[in-house]
Amino acid sequence: MKGNGNHNARIGVYVCHCGTNIAGKVDVNAVVEAAAGLPGVVISREYKYMCSDPGQELIVKDVKEHDLNRVVVASCSPHLHELTFRKTTANAGQNPYLMHMVNIREHVSWVTDDGAAATAKAQRLVRAAVERVRWHQELEPRQFPINPNVLIVGGGIAGIHAALTLANAGKQVYLVEREPTIGGHMAQFDKTFPTLDCAACILTPKMTAVKQNPNIHLLTLSEVSEVSGFVGNFKVKVKKYPRYIDEAKCVGCGECIEECVYKEGKYPNEFDLGLGKRKPIYMPFPQAVPSIPLIDSATCIEFKTHKCPKGCVEVCGDRNAIDFTQQVQEIELEVGTVIMSTGFKTFDPCRLPQYGYGKFPNVYTSLEVERLVNAAGPTLGQVVMRDGRKPESIGILHCIGSRDENTNKYCSRVCCMYSLKLAHLLKEKTGAHIYNFYIDMRTPGKGFEEFYKRVLDEGVSFIRGKVAEVSGWAQSPAEEGKLILRAEDTLLGVIRRIPVDMVVLSVGMEPQADANEVRRLFNLGCSAEGWFLERHPKLAPVDTFTDGIFLAGCNQGPKDIPDTVAQAGAAAAQSMALIDKGFVEMEPNTAWIDEELCSGCHVCIAMCPYTAIHFDAEKKIAVLNEALCKGCGTCVAACPSGAAQQNLFRDEQLFAEVEGVLV
Amino acid sequence: MNKFDPSIVGFFCNWCTYLAADLAGTSRMKYAPNVRVVRTMCSGRVDPQMILWAFRNGADGVLIGGCHPGDCHYQEGNYKALRRTKLLHKMLRQFGIEPERLRLEWVSASEGERLRDVVNEFTEQIRRLGPLRAAETTKEAVAA
Repeated sequence: MKGNGNHNARIGVYVCHCGTNIAGKVDVNAVVEAAAGLPGVVISREYKYMCSDPGQELIVKDVKEHDLNRVVVASCSPHLHELTFRKTTANAGQNPYLMHMVNIREHVSWVTDDGAAATAKAQRLVRAAVERVRWHQELEPRQFPINPNVLIVGGGIAGIHAALTLANAGKQVYLVEREPTIGGHMAQFDKTFPTLDCAACILTPKMTAVKQNPNIHLLTLSEVSEVSGFVGNFKVKVKKYPRYIDEAKCVGCGECIEECVYKEGKYPNEFDLGLGKRKPIYMPFPQAVPSIPLIDSATCIEFKTHKCPKGCVEVCGDRNAIDFTQQVQEIELEVGTVIMSTGFKTFDPCRLPQYGYGKFPNVYTSLEVERLVNAAGPTLGQVVMRDGRKPESIGILHCIGSRDENTNKYCSRVCCMYSLKLAHLLKEKTGAHIYNFYIDMRTPGKGFEEFYKRVLDEGVSFIRGKVAEVSGWAQSPAEEGKLILRAEDTLLGVIRRIPVDMVVLSVGMEPQADANEVRRLFNLGCSAEGWFLERHPKLAPVDTFTDGIFLAGCNQGPKDIPDTVAQAGAAAAQSMALIDKGFVEMEPNTAWIDEELCSGCHVCIAMCPYTAIHFDAEKKIAVLNEALCKGCGTCVAACPSGAAQQNLFRDEQLFAEVEGVLV
Repeated sequence: MNKFDPSIVGFFCNWCTYLAADLAGTSRMKYAPNVRVVRTMCSGRVDPQMILWAFRNGADGVLIGGCHPGDCHYQEGNYKALRRTKLLHKMLRQFGIEPERLRLEWVSASEGERLRDVVNEFTEQIRRLGPLRAAETTKEAVAA
């Protein structure tokens, strides 16, 4: 333990105006003057922007000229600029951990009405920091080697793009997908807005590339069950559920599906959202990757009765790929970084019974219509409704489960555009008259507004108003057998009744049903709605508060395909930036135990959630393994004899700070 | 009228409540200036002695902010804080300090509004309790 410098501290205090962000509320000069009078403060200054180059140079110059050995910077949140000012003092030749930041922007000027109260609060916080920084010690960041392998959780377009980016750079990637195939929601779409590229044409080559890339280890029907370790050194357990077909032996010929005892599909195909039927042995869709069928044990006769003639096994013959005895496998992986690309789920319109979903067969969700207009879909692209008719009029209802106080307040960002796309496709395929009911049209994006104009020119009707109800209650012969949409046309100021054959509910996006369990598994935060929390909404949009774990795609919030791909690329680049550095540096805020003071009471050992502390039976004291310590300080708070201490948060530092804020 | 302006120490954990306070700031929410924040990595680092030290040095109230149950960045530090707070509530009474002067709240990083409300509400509660007069009340307790 080095000397604490308590009596020979030479402290410099730097108070930032942050333009008018701080100075507009806090009397910066009064804070500077109050700090100048504190014991040990050699110099106290203000500057317009401390984080700017001249601001930082000011500190560097002072440290050298005035031989400062402690620095206090009163500006914004340490979450924003602690690293900046640590580098500044390091540039001045000082140990970076002898600097302490005071948050007088987020915690003072921005949240306080009264200028005098804000100034007084800022003065107190600065005084506390001056008292605290005296007790700071020189520290060195901990360094650990980084495992260059990457885990990607979720094989939609985000996970696929991130995996290919990393694999093409030579990194080993484990891509974990819980469905039998990768592709995610994008594989279910027909065309993509606004260019009308066929989703399969742009996605399936990337899916195949995943399968062919030797650096990508694809684990389908798999879920992460356990995560431990830390950035650079994560240990992950993956549960791989049985496919009942050996992926190594199967050649994907599909003959087993032909020979199934069921000659026709009998069970709803999940991929087609139940609009099509499948057999117990099936491929989710023809371009699935891996291109290997699976057996659904809940519907397969062999599993149910053990009396199936097993045509599948017979036709597979020598390949012998079918294996009814497969069990859940547990796979252990070691990776250095993780990319979360777990996606979203669509809003369940049953929660809004006024729209008649599940009651009227011809009310569809937008995702179902994607399958209906898809040439590879259950109707081979023919728009045939559940009652067998072709629609002559269609209502598309925007904002179902979005921008709604009763469900989700947020805008799902993609529904206006995909509604326009579906209007175009349905018009093209059926010639039906199409009504779009919208609250506001939101088309911000490259080529989006132009696409809106195009659909307008195609003769699609747009009614500004939210549909109140979908009913089958005909009031005139023209309404017989139709679905009647009642809505206020807010541009005309009238209530309208519009009879249509088919209703499309443009459902919004929601976090996955198990997003909460998943984020806890990976120690991530989430927003009030349940979207995973990024480290900073603007400056660190793919980082999380857990170092080494990055976000890509819709688990972080609703976004379209271009934004998802861009974010996936960014997450891959962030991951690579860590890997290629070769080591990870960690905050030296670990705990340590003073051998002289430890009485061997064992209290701290039970406190540690990482089993970093063990009992040395010979010395009869607790011993802390620094490599395992993550720096929570719980053991320190529990130690009855003051033997356990935490770097950067030692008792002396915190007690001095508490005293400082109260003077 | 000379309104009592309480001094409150806030021990906010780095990952949830401190960030909620940052969010309240970036969202420009206005709240009472009485809580002065001391950042710890985890609410589990808050040593009961630090709380007593705060009361001894003139704090009228102490607010501990941690992550919601199950959300602790360090798995279960917030549960440790909960247990310590419960125990300390019992002890504070013996010291002649109203247990209401110490409060533990769960505020996640996305709950800027909740942070504002908790701070305002706790400040108001301490204002109603009036200044801490631990020394006198202790004397009264001893005399009685």
